[in-house]
Amino acid sequence: MYDFEYHKPTTIADAVKILAADPDAKPISGGMTLLPALKHRLNKPSALVDLGGIAELRGVKREGNAIVIGAMAKHYEVATDPLVKEAIPALARMASTVGDTQVRNRGTLGGSLANNDPAADYPAAALALGATFITSRRSIPADDFFVGMFTTALEPDELLVAVSFPIPEKAGYAKLRNPASRYSMAGVFVAKGPAGVKVGVNGAASCAFRQTEMEAALSANWSADALSGVTQSPDDLNSDIHGGAEYRAHLVIVMAKRALADAG
Amino acid sequence: MPQVTVTVNGQTHTVEVEGRTLLVELLRETLRLTGTHVGCDTSQCGACVVHMNGESVKSCTLLAVQAQGAEVVTIEGLAAADGTLHPMQEAFREYHALQCGFCTPGMVMSAIDLVQKNPQGLSEHDIREGLDGNICRCTGYHNIVKAVAAAADVMHGKRTELAPAIG
Repeated sequence: MYDFEYHKPTTIADAVKILAADPDAKPISGGMTLLPALKHRLNKPSALVDLGGIAELRGVKREGNAIVIGAMAKHYEVATDPLVKEAIPALARMASTVGDTQVRNRGTLGGSLANNDPAADYPAAALALGATFITSRRSIPADDFFVGMFTTALEPDELLVAVSFPIPEKAGYAKLRNPASRYSMAGVFVAKGPAGVKVGVNGAASCAFRQTEMEAALSANWSADALSGVTQSPDDLNSDIHGGAEYRAHLVIVMAKRALADAG
Repeated sequence: MPQVTVTVNGQTHTVEVEGRTLLVELLRETLRLTGTHVGCDTSQCGACVVHMNGESVKSCTLLAVQAQGAEVVTIEGLAAADGTLHPMQEAFREYHALQCGFCTPGMVMSAIDLVQKNPQGLSEHDIREGLDGNICRCTGYHNIVKAVAAAADVMHGKRTELAPAIG
């Protein structure tokens, strides 16, 4: 790993100031993705801005009909938080399947979303639940947040502060884990929320996406039967040594049916 | 260079580190606590697991500076001063839950966190799932799972002494 300067600000304003002054500085939350990348020298930041000392980025609260989760909430906290478990149990269950125990003890909701790994769990949940991303300067709807592989709408000196998840009537999640890496080969989050039925897919393409054909079918009939006639095109899906695009397209349908069963 | 103050096994140390120094490097190379192992160095195998503020973490994927002010417990910190083993260590010995022993420090630290977080008890399935982040290439996990279940009974107060391994 190349060396870097280390900063540990205690306010969002101070963190943003450091990031704005140095375009090669990078924020670090749990570091579960960034540190392995730095070890491989895939990245050479001049400085790391540790977000671990910023109290404003923590906490889970209910605001009206939404659960607002601080960006620095660890996966373990999302998985076990009583508010999340009561209001959006599918999100808590999903968080309990991210990585392994030690990754969940360090990795954060905000880190995962800002990194936007194609196989990460949270992006599909954010799309399906119609989440709003609250940053250090604005609010971004989930549909505008995920731009492409490892790319989001966040500016280099913009920090994700919290994510607001509208409480759904029903929601469920299912994924097929790669047996070796344990990352999602294809995962589907289904939700029937205040803005209608939404379906988010991860793992299958270069970026999480909404499956609108499923949304239309499930809006008319919230049941696995409704998915029988739905198709998933393999165009633009990932093909690699773990599975071809056709296989992943098939998995998306199967995982959607399991996610519906999970939603109950 | 940044300075970091960390309490390891009850002893507080203040040391200068580079920003890029990993917690496991601080433990092994500066503090000479070599019970914590580095296996894969890619946060998959779990040989480097220690407790930080009561939670199991992979010390190969944690900067030493991120442990500023933290309470860290390593495998060396488990046994009592008189050498009495922690129930989890005793169970690993009694149930022959190791062969080469390389994964054992991390396995024991993860298992203790798992048992402590589940006072309601653990099924065999729970133990296998809970040790998802620790890889053992020798044992096939069977005896590890038995050892964790036996230690859990002692740690949860269901038994005063470890159930003996039979056969």
